Amino acid sequence: MEIKYQKSKGLTDKPLSYCPGCTHGIIHKLVAESLEELGVLDHTVGVASVGCSVFSYEFFNCDMIQCPHGRAAAVATGIKRTHPEDIVFTYQGDGDLASIGIAETIHAANRGENITIIFVNNAVYGMTGGQMAPTSLIGQKTTTSPMGRDAHMHGNPIHISEMFSQIEGVSYLERCSVHNPRQVRNAKNAIKKAFSYQKEGRGFTMIEILSTCPVNWGKTPQDALKWVEDEMTKVFPLKVFKDAGVESHE
Amino acid sequence: MPKGKLTFDYEHCKGCGLCVTFCPVHILYQDKNAMNSQGYNLIRITDEDKCIACATCALMCPDSIITVEVRK
Amino acid sequence: MANKVLMKGNEAIALAAVKGGVEAYFGYPITPQNEVSEYLSKYMFEQGRVFLQAESEVAAINMVYGAAASGKRVMTSSSSPGIALKQEGISYLAGSELPAVIVSVMRGGPGLGGIQPSQADYYQATRGGGNGDYHTIVFAPESIQETVDVMKESFDIADYYRNPVMILVDGLIGQMMEAVDFNKPTTKRFLPPKDWAAGGMNTHNGRNTVCSLYLDPYELERHNLKLQKKYQAAIQNETRFELVNMDDPDYVIVAYGTMARVVRSAIEILAKKKLNVGMIRPISVWPFPKAPFKNISRNCKGILVCEMSLGQMVDDVRIVNNGALPVSFFGRAGGIVPEPEEVVEAIMHFESRRVD
Repeated sequence: MEIKYQKSKGLTDKPLSYCPGCTHGIIHKLVAESLEELGVLDHTVGVASVGCSVFSYEFFNCDMIQCPHGRAAAVATGIKRTHPEDIVFTYQGDGDLASIGIAETIHAANRGENITIIFVNNAVYGMTGGQMAPTSLIGQKTTTSPMGRDAHMHGNPIHISEMFSQIEGVSYLERCSVHNPRQVRNAKNAIKKAFSYQKEGRGFTMIEILSTCPVNWGKTPQDALKWVEDEMTKVFPLKVFKDAGVESHE
Repeated sequence: MPKGKLTFDYEHCKGCGLCVTFCPVHILYQDKNAMNSQGYNLIRITDEDKCIACATCALMCPDSIITVEVRK
Repeated sequence: MANKVLMKGNEAIALAAVKGGVEAYFGYPITPQNEVSEYLSKYMFEQGRVFLQAESEVAAINMVYGAAASGKRVMTSSSSPGIALKQEGISYLAGSELPAVIVSVMRGGPGLGGIQPSQADYYQATRGGGNGDYHTIVFAPESIQETVDVMKESFDIADYYRNPVMILVDGLIGQMMEAVDFNKPTTKRFLPPKDWAAGGMNTHNGRNTVCSLYLDPYELERHNLKLQKKYQAAIQNETRFELVNMDDPDYVIVAYGTMARVVRSAIEILAKKKLNVGMIRPISVWPFPKAPFKNISRNCKGILVCEMSLGQMVDDVRIVNNGALPVSFFGRAGGIVPEPEEVVEAIMHFESRRVD
């Protein structure tokens, strides 16, 4: 019988540590499948940032480097500059990238570093128990915004993809989601395209993916996906922000 | 219409139920009285003949539990 | 005749790094070490090696981390406040067992402080400003020649121990010019291949990961004990010091770097005053040299510690001395380089106080 779908060779045998229904798992598959299908696993180096996805250094079936909170883009720069032939990617959450690591990420983009950033936006700090993140929505209750995020006190949700679309060094930038099969397939294409652009040396690529945090949102996995669709996409519209290349690729 | 055959890596399933939710032909359910060693209910199929091998269940599974094969 | 080159300290550090086989440099502008980056920005480009000015010292040390984790010889340089920003990165380098060289060109502190030479970062360098039980192997040369020699060796030492190595100098050594011989031979070490490096699975077998995360406390303790073994080995093999006039001194002065050079002049002045004063000059400040304190001659009347700070190395001296001899301290802060006469006065004061 022909296999229609199976676990990607871009993932190790280590069971994922994520909570039931957390879409980190889906996003991991899309990254792993993309690397596998592009045939680059043997010369890929991934950078695992600090957050729930810190354990990704055990899940991706390529060399992985775990780095300090917020510094993945700088660490990836250090790797890529000394290993230009390697495919280098970071896997970061919104706390890691949009808060403590925003400077490193902006400057990697501004230098047009030929790396791919997988930016998982679930509007909270998951690992540490559901605190407010720079991407938390207005009114969103978290363990550090118990009365709901308030624009005057906490500022508004930060729009990373919109900001990065202004940076010349960026060659491909899309905000996706995984809240239903169609979005998952689209996110896969976006991630694979980002890695392809890196392979072609086009410069900085980043895919922002809206993701869920059922436990810290206090929702079932299904309701969490619904919340992404109904609430998050209103604040974080899904679209291609930048596509420097027009020629086709395989 | 192709027919699908599903295999579940039951031990690593976390019972999130996304496969059940997104199966377009609604043939999956969580067996309330069967659990893996972590205490998560096992996913069962009502009628495998109705499976159209679309692999949406596997696509939405965060933990790569489901392998889908196409029966000719 | 050795062919010597008259060169500014910072630039000599840069050229020595190239001779030491550095493959990548990541830095950030900060006085008084800017010439290290400026020199390398041209030289590394010409050599086809990697040079990048980062957006901050925090980014720079993390770029170092990335290059080191993927198996390259890498360094950075900075000064006091910049080194403060790098502390977390240095702790990660130690925790992940990664080789890297960090040049610290000390200036007056705290806070923005000043840009004059200082030794007020002795604690920062030797106690490690980062988190966890780790050490950085720290050398504190006193001249540009000695800085060049230890700089050339530093990458081998870092690779050998898979640990960060720091070259601790001050703004004076960085800014002055001296004649330097770049071809003095350095000790060769057997360095195993970096089969642990995460530079892509096509460069080794299996899958390599570099990580400092150990959630299981027993595993983390085992990991720490493993690091401690390395540090014990470094204490055995990398401790370096110089003894000056230490046969039968009336007093012993302990000083390193630029301060030690001032003390050399003071010793000559004191000799004319019929006071026989010796010096213990630590070259490695971590590991701190203990042995020379064990065999100070019986009739030594006391130890004077001199630093261009308000007293930090004096703690290490007190620990090693363990009450055997009276210990006194002389130091200037703010970036002031003391005059030899001030050291002479401190000894005379020590002498007078002891008599009455």
